[in-house]
Amino acid sequence: MRIHQGTFSFLPDLTDEQIERQIDYILRNGWSVSIEYTDDPHPYNNYWLMWGLPMFDLKDAAGAMFEFKKCREAFPNHYIKINGFDPSPMWQAQRVSFIAHRPTQDDPGFRLKRTLWSDGRVQKYGLEPYATDKPAGERY
Amino acid sequence: MIQDKEAKYKKGGVVEYREMGYWQPDYEPKETDTIALFRITPQPGVEAEEAAAAVAGESSTATWTVVWTDRLTTLERYQAKAYRVEPVPGNPEQYFAWIAYDLALFEEGSIANMTSSIIGNVFGFKALKALRLEDLRVPVAYLKTFLGAPHGIPVERDLLNKYGRPILGATVKPKLGLSGRNYGRVVYEALTGGLDFTKDDENINSQPFMRWRDRFNYAQEAVMRAEQMTGERKGHYMNVTAADMEQVYERLEYAKEIGSVIVMVDLTMGYTALQSVSKWCHKNGMILHLHRASHATFTRQKSHGISFRVLAKWMRMLGVDHIHAGTAVGKLEGDPNLTRGYYDILRLQHVKPDPIKGIFFEQDWGYLPAVMPVASGGIHAGQMHQLLDLFGDDVVLQFGGGTIGHPMGIAAGATANRVALEAMVMARNEGRDYLREGPQILREAAKNSPALAAALELWKDVTFDYTSTDTADVLPTPTM
Repeated sequence: MRIHQGTFSFLPDLTDEQIERQIDYILRNGWSVSIEYTDDPHPYNNYWLMWGLPMFDLKDAAGAMFEFKKCREAFPNHYIKINGFDPSPMWQAQRVSFIAHRPTQDDPGFRLKRTLWSDGRVQKYGLEPYATDKPAGERY
Repeated sequence: MIQDKEAKYKKGGVVEYREMGYWQPDYEPKETDTIALFRITPQPGVEAEEAAAAVAGESSTATWTVVWTDRLTTLERYQAKAYRVEPVPGNPEQYFAWIAYDLALFEEGSIANMTSSIIGNVFGFKALKALRLEDLRVPVAYLKTFLGAPHGIPVERDLLNKYGRPILGATVKPKLGLSGRNYGRVVYEALTGGLDFTKDDENINSQPFMRWRDRFNYAQEAVMRAEQMTGERKGHYMNVTAADMEQVYERLEYAKEIGSVIVMVDLTMGYTALQSVSKWCHKNGMILHLHRASHATFTRQKSHGISFRVLAKWMRMLGVDHIHAGTAVGKLEGDPNLTRGYYDILRLQHVKPDPIKGIFFEQDWGYLPAVMPVASGGIHAGQMHQLLDLFGDDVVLQFGGGTIGHPMGIAAGATANRVALEAMVMARNEGRDYLREGPQILREAAKNSPALAAALELWKDVTFDYTSTDTADVLPTPTM
C-alpha cells in the first residue's frame, strides 16, 4: 500500500526538481525548512527523527536540497519528509509538510486490532504498522 | 441638558428617545465600548436620528415612556448611545447608525446576554420598517472574558497532521434515510479515497431509521478502517445535536469514548447550548464543528436581520473550531467579496475595515484563536483553482455531491478531489499563475488520475451563477 501522509501523497512521487521548488516556496514565505525521517510510519507518530535542526536563516533552497540528499543517502530505507516551520504569533507551527522520499512503493501497511468491550457490542481499535514488527533500522 | 432632562422627568409620559440621551452626536466611543453598526429603515415621518436613538434605547435601558426609576441609577452609563447616522449610498430609505454600548452592559463570557441586549427586542420595533445589524466592534476587554475555539487552526492541524493545504471533507448523502451500516460505508469509501473528514448533515440527529449510537459506531469503524488503508489520520463529525442538554452530553461522552476526534453541533441548538458544548470540548480535547443551520433565515436579506459577519464574530467568541462560512462559487448564497470578509473575520488576528468586503470596523481579536471556515455546498473538483484562490489553505472544502456523485464510485470521487487539490497547491507553491492556468493544471493532473478525468468531464459545465441577495454597499473601482 501507499502511505498517504503529507501533502502531495496522492500525486506521483516528487522529482528532485519538484522538491527543490517546494523548498523554495517555504523559504519565500520566510519559514524554516526541517528534514525528518522514520521507519515507523504510524499515522500518530508525531516525532520522526530530526536530520539536524530546522534550517533557520537559510536563504537558498540548494542548501536544504544538499541536506535532504545527504539524509536520503544515509537513510534510503526510511521515509523522509520536509516541513516548513512558521514562528509568527498565534501560528507557531508547521505550515508545510510532505513526504519527499519513500523506502518502498508498497508498504506492508497496518494491522487494525479490534478489542470487544461493552459486553461485546462495541469495538475499540488500535493500529500497528506491520513494519514495526521488526527492530528499528531493519524494517524496510 | 440637565435642565432639559429635569423637565422631561417632571413632565413624564412619552418623550423622544433623542431627548432622553440616546442620541449623542458628540460622543467619542471608548476603547472598551462595543460599537454596533445598524442599517435602519425608519417608518415614513420618523427622522433618522430619532430612529437611531430608538434602537439605542430599546437595545439598552429604555422603555416606551419616561420612568422615574431611571433616576435611581447613573443611567448615562447604561444607556447605549447613537452617535452617528449616515444615509446608505444609493438607498434613500436607509441609514447607517453607529451605536456604542458600555462594557458594563454585558455579562462576562455570555453570547446569550450580549445578543439579548443588542438584538433582543429592537428588531420588532414599530417605528422601524426594517433593521439590520451589519457589523460589531467588540472591545478586547470583553473578548478576554471568552475562551474561544477549543483548539484553533494551528492546533487542529497538529491533531490532524495535515499542513499547507485545505482540508477536504464531504457530507454523507442522502442526508436522511440510510441505515447505520450503509452510512458507515459512505464514510469508509470517502475517507479511504482521500478525504480527511466526513460529516453528518445538520438534520441527521437520531431518527427512527438510524439512531445516533448506531451511526456513531459504524462511522467510527469506517474512520479506523480508512486510517488502516491509508496510513493517514481521518475523522467523522458526529452530530450531537439533540432535544435537550442531557442527551447532548450523553452523545458527546459516547463520541469521546469510542475515539472520535471531532463532533458537530447545529446552530439551531441556541447560543447557550452551543457554549456549553464548547466548554465540554475544551475540557475533553474534542474538535468542534458548527453547522450554521437556520442562519439564512436572518442573515440573507440585506434590509433586515443580522449580517453573517456578526454571527461569525459571536461564534468565534463563543468558541467553535469550524463554522460554515460560504463557498462563493457553490449553490448557496454568498457574494464572493463579502464571503472573503467572513473568512477574514474568522481567521485573522487583526481585521482592518474594508468596505469591499463589507467590513466596517477594525477588530483586534486579542489572541482569541482563529476559526477554520468551512466551504460546503455545490462545489466540485473543477473549481479547485478558484477555491484555492478565494480561500487559501486554512479552510475545509466539503464536496458532498462532488464526491458521492462520482460515476466511478465514492472513493474515486474522493480521490479526484484530493488529486485536484494537491496538483493545484503544488502549482501555486511553484509560483505558477494557477488561477488562470487552473483548467490546464487539472487536465495535466488528470493524466495520472482517471478519477479526476471522469470528474472534470461530468461536472465541467456546472456553475451556480445567481445574483447575490446580500451585497456590499460600495462597488470596487477598477484600477487603470
